[in-house]
Amino acid sequence: MSLKIIVLAKQVPDTRNVGKDAMKADGTVNRAALPAIFNPEDLNALEQALQLKDEHPGSTVTLLTMGPARAAEIIREGLYRGADGGYLLTDRAFAGADTLATSYAISMAIRKIKDYDLIICGRQAIDGDTAQVGPQVAEKLGLSQITYAENILQVKDGKITVKRRLERGVETVEGKLPIVITVNGSAADCRPRNAKYIQQYKHAKTVTEKQEATVDYTELFSNRPYLNLTEWSVADVQADVEQCGLSGSPTKVKKIENVIFQAKESKTFEPTDHNIDELMKELILNHTIG
Amino acid sequence: MNNLFVYCEIEDGIVADVSLELLTKGRSLANTLGCKMEAVAIGHKLDSIGKQVFPYGVDVLHVFDDKRLAPYTSLPHTSILVKLFGEEKPQIALMGATSIGRDLGPRVSSALGSGLTADCTSLEIGDHEEKKANKVYKDLLYQIRPAFGGNIVATIINPDCRPQMATVREGVMKKEVVDANYKGEEKKHDISKFVSDADFVVSVIDRQMEKSKTNIKGSPIIVAGGYGVGSKENFQLLYDLAAVIGGEVGGSRAAVDAGYLEHERQIGQTGVTVRPKLYIACGISGQIQHIAGMQESSIIISVNNDPNAPINTIADYVITGSVEEVLPKMIKYYKQNTK
Ligand SMILES: Cc1cc2nc3c(=O)[nH]c(=O)nc-3n(C[C@H](O)[C@H](O)[C@H](O)COP(=O)(O)OP(=O)(O)OC[C@H]3O[C@@H](n4cnc5c(N)ncnc54)[C@H](O)[C@@H]3O)c2cc1C
Ligand SMILES: Nc1ncnc2c1ncn2[C@@H]1O[C@H](COP(=O)(O)O)[C@@H](O)[C@H]1O
Repeated sequence: MSLKIIVLAKQVPDTRNVGKDAMKADGTVNRAALPAIFNPEDLNALEQALQLKDEHPGSTVTLLTMGPARAAEIIREGLYRGADGGYLLTDRAFAGADTLATSYAISMAIRKIKDYDLIICGRQAIDGDTAQVGPQVAEKLGLSQITYAENILQVKDGKITVKRRLERGVETVEGKLPIVITVNGSAADCRPRNAKYIQQYKHAKTVTEKQEATVDYTELFSNRPYLNLTEWSVADVQADVEQCGLSGSPTKVKKIENVIFQAKESKTFEPTDHNIDELMKELILNHTIG
Repeated sequence: MNNLFVYCEIEDGIVADVSLELLTKGRSLANTLGCKMEAVAIGHKLDSIGKQVFPYGVDVLHVFDDKRLAPYTSLPHTSILVKLFGEEKPQIALMGATSIGRDLGPRVSSALGSGLTADCTSLEIGDHEEKKANKVYKDLLYQIRPAFGGNIVATIINPDCRPQMATVREGVMKKEVVDANYKGEEKKHDISKFVSDADFVVSVIDRQMEKSKTNIKGSPIIVAGGYGVGSKENFQLLYDLAAVIGGEVGGSRAAVDAGYLEHERQIGQTGVTVRPKLYIACGISGQIQHIAGMQESSIIISVNNDPNAPINTIADYVITGSVEEVLPKMIKYYKQNTK
């Protein structure tokens, strides 16, 4: 049985490698100083999808990403690794979305794609670590969900078997297609880019990117229509503007602060026998230890 | 009506610590708001849940007992909360930021169209003024959480939609009995009014849960090691010190990532939060995400060969030296000077 798989992937600032210049003097995040990357667990999700494609010939893997124009990079990254196509959901009206508004927009795009068996996403995105979008998309589409997948063991006869990694153990569960799966970082790493696919897709572009390009791609793109990356706006997916972006977000950021820890007055000393003996003596006398 | 609700996580008939911690926090928030606190228990064989939760100040306990409701699966628990919250209209709903809470919370919040803030490190009640609309919101839940990898702290509010939902990680809040004889009311619900057969599409075929091997959260003394400890073998020094002075061993994420110790022992924003009497930080630099999980320790000792390690600023005692040199001396003194 061939499968139609949608992978949700997000472009995120690399919060794991936050340097000194990541925060501006006014305490806000200097996004420009953070490199934009493919959200790590979304790569694990992509790999699960590609493995299913390998096992089920004729299957397709389609990426869906919501973000600014440059998030088209995510789709190309997916194509280089073996995905078949992708959609970029981009519109000013999406800006400022919390997870609820994000999942609404994504669910509308999935409704437009319409034909799918599986939606696979990462467990969480490292910019917010919320892990909410997957389950919320599932709820909005009226689908069931299996979270924290470490391995999709099998898809057969409309059923899916998944090994889940929980905080204190593992579970094997079975669900019915169509379904939403969220994938853990403990799942298999994503395969590297494939040189053949890089050759094939390196010029793949969205309409916006084509307009901004200095080269005229008209001929290339009419000869190779698969290089056209689809871009969708709020109107394209028939979403209600009120439910998108800031206006569709029930949660608001009231305040953002730098983290400041209370510095203590500390006693500093060299590790001589005498100094350590004195410290231990003090800790025993005041009943901190012993 | 408009009370505060806590979803209780239950494994083998025992309420999880994270839920008891939330009940403790919930009780104090409910006191500030002047409302009741209600708890929800969904699972099987729940006869003793009341006894476990009432001492934390639960006014009403909603019980949903059915064989099919344990172990946890997403849809039936979601259906129950969505329907119950639809009827009871809580102003606040709290759950643990656990495998279960992070699966359930977003689904419920999506169905109710309410916001959800994940992994809060602090919850407070306060007002909010919307200057443009010239509107003042009274008694909102301030959902305070780290953002951007822990480099900033954001206060999130949810002015218009209810319930205001938040998840909190285990160990972040303190658990405290308010009154061993607290009187609450238990309401047993008819499951058939809340779930349908279609909710049971996902079934658990196999389940292997491990009992937690450590109790670092409850230990009064913690010897914590970081990447600076250098190797798994060197960690033996920490275990030795912990054994003689009666503590548990924990560590930083860098130490866990390097394979020096188990993930269960990770302390910090993405690990457990601890507040022991004594915290001995060995070879830990003290990045924000680590400090977030141990800053409330009463006494902090830092053993680090870099005199400028950030952790030193929050330490009471700083020993500028290597772990290999300092720890054996501590062990030796203690062995010689106690019985
Ligand atoms: C989203 C996010 C979440 C995170 N969550 C957590 C978390 O929950 N917990 C956590 O701990 N981290 C967390 N981190 C990682 C955190 O930012 C740091 O990378 C980590 O805490 C560093 O660990 P460390 O201090 O052991 O290692 P390092 O920063 O490498 O420090 C090692 C220290 O050891 C000292 N040293 C070296 N050799 C010796 C010696 N022989 N004797 C004594 N001292 C020596 C060095 O001077 C140095 O200070 C998180 C990061 C992100 C982005
Ligand atoms: N803007 C987005 N575009 C595509 N996928 C997303 C987006 N935001 C979140 N997701 C998916 O939802 C998962 C969880 O995200 P989060 O709830 O933000 O932690 C991510 O790992 C992605 O798979």
